Amino acid sequence: MKNTVKVHSFHGGIHPPENKKQSTGAPISLAPLPSRVVLPLQQHIGLPAEPVVNVGDRVLKGQLVAEAVGRISANIHASVSGTIIAIAPHPVPHMSGMEAGCLIIESDGRDEWIEHQGLEDYTRLPKQELIEYIRQAGIAGMGGAGFPTDVKLHLGDDHIVNTLIINAAECEPYITADDMLMRERANEVLGGIEIIAHLLKPLHIMVGIEDNKPQAIRALHAALDNSPLNLDIVITPTKYPSGGEKQLIKLLTGVEVPSGRIPADVGIVCQNIGTTTAIYRAVVHGEPLISRIVTVTGQAAGHKQNYEVRIGTPFADLLDHSEVRREQMHRLVVGGPMMGITVSNEQIPVIKTTNCLIAGSIEEMPPQPPAQACIRCGMCEQVCPAELLPQQLYWFAKGKEFDKARHHNLFDCIECGACSYVCPSNIPLVQYYRFAKAEIRKEDEEQRKADHARIRFEARLERLEREKIEKEERRKQRAIEAAAAQAAKKDAALSRATTAPASGTMASGAPDLKQLKSNAAIARTKLRKAEKALANAQEKGLEGIETLQATLQQLQLKSEQAEKAYTDAQNTPVQKHTQTAPETDLKQLKNNAAIARTKLKKAEKQLAAAHESGDGDIDALKAQIAELQAKNIAAEKAYKEAESGNNPATAADIDTAELEADIAAMQGKVDKAESAWKAAVESGSPAADKMAAGVDKLKDKLKALQDELTNLRSSASVTPPATVDTSALESEIAVMQGKVDKAENAWKAAVESGSPAADKMAAGVNKLKDKLKALQDELTQAKVSTAAKPAPMTKAEPATSLKEMKQQVSIMRTKLKKAEKQLAELAEGEANPALEADIAELKARHDVAQAIFNAAEAEKAADAARQGIDLKQLKIDAAMARAAVTKAERALSKAEADHKQTLEEELLAARTEAEKLNSTLERFSE
Amino acid sequence: MALIRITSPHAHRAGSTGNVMLTVLIATLPGLAAMTFFFGWGTLIQVLWGTLLAVAMEAAIVKLRKRPVSFYLTDYSAVVTAVLLGLALPPFAPWWVMMIGIIVAIVIAKQLYGGMGNNPFNPAMVAYALLLVSFPVQMTSWAAPFVMTGEGWSVLSLGDTLGAIFGTAGVSVDAHTMATPLDIMRHRGGFTTEEMWVENALLANGIGAWHAVSAAYFMGGIFLLYKKIFTWHTPVAMLGSLAVISTLFFLLMPDQYPDPFFHLTAGATMLGAFFIATDPVTSATSNRGKLWFGAGIGMLIFVIRSWGNYPDAVAFAVLLMNLCAPFIDQYTQPRSYGHAKPNRGMK
Repeated sequence: MKNTVKVHSFHGGIHPPENKKQSTGAPISLAPLPSRVVLPLQQHIGLPAEPVVNVGDRVLKGQLVAEAVGRISANIHASVSGTIIAIAPHPVPHMSGMEAGCLIIESDGRDEWIEHQGLEDYTRLPKQELIEYIRQAGIAGMGGAGFPTDVKLHLGDDHIVNTLIINAAECEPYITADDMLMRERANEVLGGIEIIAHLLKPLHIMVGIEDNKPQAIRALHAALDNSPLNLDIVITPTKYPSGGEKQLIKLLTGVEVPSGRIPADVGIVCQNIGTTTAIYRAVVHGEPLISRIVTVTGQAAGHKQNYEVRIGTPFADLLDHSEVRREQMHRLVVGGPMMGITVSNEQIPVIKTTNCLIAGSIEEMPPQPPAQACIRCGMCEQVCPAELLPQQLYWFAKGKEFDKARHHNLFDCIECGACSYVCPSNIPLVQYYRFAKAEIRKEDEEQRKADHARIRFEARLERLEREKIEKEERRKQRAIEAAAAQAAKKDAALSRATTAPASGTMASGAPDLKQLKSNAAIARTKLRKAEKALANAQEKGLEGIETLQATLQQLQLKSEQAEKAYTDAQNTPVQKHTQTAPETDLKQLKNNAAIARTKLKKAEKQLAAAHESGDGDIDALKAQIAELQAKNIAAEKAYKEAESGNNPATAADIDTAELEADIAAMQGKVDKAESAWKAAVESGSPAADKMAAGVDKLKDKLKALQDELTNLRSSASVTPPATVDTSALESEIAVMQGKVDKAENAWKAAVESGSPAADKMAAGVNKLKDKLKALQDELTQAKVSTAAKPAPMTKAEPATSLKEMKQQVSIMRTKLKKAEKQLAELAEGEANPALEADIAELKARHDVAQAIFNAAEAEKAADAARQGIDLKQLKIDAAMARAAVTKAERALSKAEADHKQTLEEELLAARTEAEKLNSTLERFSE
Repeated sequence: MALIRITSPHAHRAGSTGNVMLTVLIATLPGLAAMTFFFGWGTLIQVLWGTLLAVAMEAAIVKLRKRPVSFYLTDYSAVVTAVLLGLALPPFAPWWVMMIGIIVAIVIAKQLYGGMGNNPFNPAMVAYALLLVSFPVQMTSWAAPFVMTGEGWSVLSLGDTLGAIFGTAGVSVDAHTMATPLDIMRHRGGFTTEEMWVENALLANGIGAWHAVSAAYFMGGIFLLYKKIFTWHTPVAMLGSLAVISTLFFLLMPDQYPDPFFHLTAGATMLGAFFIATDPVTSATSNRGKLWFGAGIGMLIFVIRSWGNYPDAVAFAVLLMNLCAPFIDQYTQPRSYGHAKPNRGMK
C-alpha cells in the first residue's frame, strides 16, 4: 500500500522494542461485568463533574450520574445498572497516587440499559445541537490526555479548519487497543470520522497510522470502499513518538504547531481513533461513553489481549480476568511504557483515557541502574522530538537555573521520555524536567499573587492619601466657617454689651472655644501657683496656710468651672460634626478622659496628703473625688463608644488590627515552615532546599505584611502611640535577635557538617539580620522622635536623676566603643551587618541619652542659678578639691615619717572640703 | 510482590556510559596497532603504563572523595584518558613523563573539577600541553619509523624499549629517534617546502608511516560514527576547516605552506579529529555548536602550525576551543519545534 500523501519527518524519535504482537493474537473480548464500578468525577482535562445522584439511588446503565461543570468538562454516566453506594474519595489513576472524588456503584448484575436511542439522521440536526448531543454523551479524548471532545468540535466556529487528522499512530510500545479497534470495527471508526467531518467541514482528512499495523490499514481500506468519505490513510514509519499530536501533524502536513498554540491555530484538528468510535456510538446508537478498549499485557499477564471494559472497572477485576501472576508482577503500568504511570493499588478503576495495563515483570522492566554523570554525549538531543537540548535542560534543572531552562524552551518538552530512554548514564531526565516545570509554575503563581497584593496595597495607599487630603480640605473649610461665625458672634456680643461673656456664649450656641480654653488655662495656672505656694508654705511652716488653702479651693472651683465650660462648649459643636469630623471628636474625647483621670489622681493625692497632715477639708475632697470619678468614668465611656463607633478614624485602627492578626498568622506559618525545614535539613531530606525556598518566600510575605503595617501606621496619622511602639519594637527586636542567633548557630552547624543547605541558610541569616537592623533603625527613630517630645516621655523614662542619666550616657559610650572596636578588629572586607547595626543602634541610643542628659543638666543648672549657685563653678571647685586630695595622698605616701603628721592633717582638710563640695554638687545634679 | 511506583519512562535502552567508553577504546585499537607496528613497542608500553597509573589515580581520588570506587572505575573514562595520552606521547618518553601527565590529567584536570562530566578541559590534552611546555626535549624526540630499517634503522626490541622508558642504564634511544615531520617542517629554516623534502630524504621515505597511522585513526573514527557514539559534525567541521584553510594558503604560496594532505595526515590531526575534539564533555553541545567548535579547532591548528611556536597544535587548539564551548552553546541552540527561530544568548 502506497501513500498518496507525502510523509514528512520530525526530528529525533526512538525505536524501542514494540512488544505489540503479544496482545494482538486474540480478538477483543468483553470483560466480565464488574460487581462494582468506581467512577472518578474527573476523567478528563478541565473541571470535575458534579454528581446528580445521591447515595442509595438506583441507576441504570447509561444514566447520567454526574454533570459537566463549565465549558471544559464532561458528563459521566453509570456503566452498570445498580445502586450508588458511595460518593467519596477513592484512589484514581494519577501519577501521585492521590485520591479523588468518585461515584461508586454496586452492580445489580442485570446490566439494564437506560432507554436510549440514536439520531436517525444527524445531518438534519443543526450543528450546535449535534455537538451538544455529543457533549451529553460525556466523550473525552481517548488517546491519553482526555480533552473533552465537544470543545474540539466547536473549533470550526472560530477557526478555519483545513485539515482533520485522525490519530491512529499508536506509537507507544505494548498498546494495541487502537490497532484492534481498527481491525474489528473499521466501519464504526469511519462512521465517527464522517460525523466529525460533517461538523468541521475540513478540506482534507487524513488518518495517520504507523506501518506496524498492516492489518488495521487493510481493514480501514476495505471499509473505506463502502464509505462516502474522501480521506487519505497515511502510513508513517514506526518511530516513537509519531503519535504525539504535534509530531503527527508535522509528519502528515509538514506544518509545525507554533509553540504555545493549538493545532486549530494552523487550521488543523486532531482526533483520536478511539474517540471517533465513541462519537459514532453516541450519535448512531445513543450510547454514552461507558466502555472502552483496554489492552492487558505484560510478562506477568496470563492472557495478553484487548478487552472491551466498562469505565470504572477496578484494575484488579481485569488483572484477575487476564490471569495475571501477581507474584511475577513488579510494576503495574497504566498506559504505555514511555509515558504511562505506575500504580500500586489494584482497586484503581479504568477511566475514559485508560488504553493499556502492563503487568510488567522485573525482567522486562528492571529497576533503572543508578545514574552516572552526564557526559553531554548528546544522544538525548539527537532523539528529542521537540528539538530541545535535553542535556542543557538537565544541567539547568539540576542547578535550579530555571530562567535558563525556560529560555531553552523547557515548556516545549512533551515529556515523551525519549531522552531518558537513550541516556547512557541512566539519568531520569524527564523527572528533572517535570521538577523544573513544577517549580517554574509555582514561582509564576507566587509572582502573580505578589503582584496582585502589591497592586492592592498601592491602591489602598492612594486611597488613604486621598482621604487624608479630603479631610484636610474639610477641616480648612470648617475653620473658615468657624471664623465667619465668630465674627458674626462678636458683632452680636457687642450689641449685647452688658451680658456676661460666658453665659452669652453658651446662650448663643456658638461658643468662643478659644476664649474658654484660655480662661481654663489661666485658671489652671493660677491654681497651680497657689498649690505651689501652699506647699512651700507648709514646708517652711509659714503662717497663713489657712488663707492659702481657702484661695486654693476657690481657685480649684474656678478652674473646674472654666474647664467645664470649655468642655461643654467643645462637645456641643463636636456632636454636630460627628459625621464630618469624627477623628477630632475621638481625639478630644480621649483627651477628656485623660484629663479626667489626671484630675482624679490629683485629687486622690490631695486627699492622701490631707489625711497625713491631718488638716484640710477631707470630706470636701472626698466628695470632689467621687464627682471626679464619675466624670472619669463618663469620659472614658464616651471615648470608648466613639472609638468603637463605625467611623473612618477607627477604620484605620481596625485595618491595623487586621494586619497585625495577619502578621501573627504569617509568623506562625513561618515558624512552622522553618522548623519543618530544619527537621528536613537534619534528616538530610532532599526536599530541604525546596523547603528553604518556601521558608524564604513565607518570610518575604511576612515582611511585606509588616511593611504594609508600618506604612499604614505611618500614613494613618492617627497619633502614633509612640511609647507603646518603642516597647513593642524593643520586644520585637529581642525576639528577632534571638532568631538571628538561632539561625546563625544553625548555619554554623550546617557549615561544619558540610551540608549543602549552608549557602541557603547563610542567605537566610543575612535576611534576618537585615530585618533586625530595620527594626533597630525603626526603634532609634521612634526613640529620637520621642526624645524630641519632651515632658511625658522623659518622665516615663527610668532615668529620673541626672546621675543616672549620666551613667547611662557613659554606659552607652562604653558599649559603643566596645562595638566599634569589635568591628575594627574584624578583618577588612568582612562585613558584619549585625555588628554594624548594633553600633548604629548604640550610637543612636547614646545620642538620645546624651541629649536627655544635656537637657536635664541645663535645667538643673538653670535651677541652681536661680538659687544663686553657679553649677559650673561648683563643679570646677569640686574637681579642684578632688585634685588636692589626690595630691595630698601622693605627698603623704612619699613623705618621711616626721612630715607625716602635718601632711595627714592637710589631707584630712582637703578631703573634708572635697566631700562638702561634692555633696553640694550631687544635690544639684539629682 | 509489592508494586513499585516510579515515573515514566519505564523502558530504557540497554547501555551505559561504560559501554560508550569501551567502544571508544575499541576504536583506538587500529591506531594503537599501527603505532606499535611502525614505531615499536614504545606506544603500547606507554598506553599500558598510563592505564595502570590512571586507574590507580582515579581509584585513589574517588576513594578520597568517599564515593564508590568500582562504580566510577567502570565508566572507563580514566582508561580512555590514559590511552589517548599514551597515543599522543612520544614512544620513548621516560616513565615519569607519563606519570606527571596522568597526575595532571586525572587528578587536576578531571577530579579536581568534580570528576567525569564536570571538567571544562579535555584532561589528556591538558596533560599533553603541560608536558610539552615543561619537557620540550622529551616531548619532541619521536621514534624513527620502522620503514627505515633498510637504511640501517631498526625498531628497538621490547626489552630495550622497556629499558629506555624506565631508565635502565646502558640503553640509549638516540639512534632510534628523530623529529616528527611537523617538527622538521617547522624548523626547516630558509628552505621552501619542496627543498625540505629533498633535504630530508629519510623523512620523505618514512612519511608513509604517519600516513598509515592517520588512516588507522580515521578507520577508528568511522567505526565510532557508525556506532553513533558521536555525530559527524565535529570531525567533519574540523578536518574541513583545516583542509580549506591549508588549501587556500597552499594554492597562494606553495613554497611556504605544505599541502593540505600533509596537514590532514601529519601529527595528531586524525587522532584529534575523532578522539579528542569529539570528547562530549568538553565540546559544544548542539549540532550547530559542534560545527563551530570543530571549525575553530581546524583553523587554530593551521594558525599555530604555520605561525606559532610549536610544531603540532592539536592540544592547544582543542584547549582553546574548550574555553569557547560554553559561549558557543549560548548562541547555537537548535530551533525547537514550533519556534520560528532559535533562541540565542543566555538569560
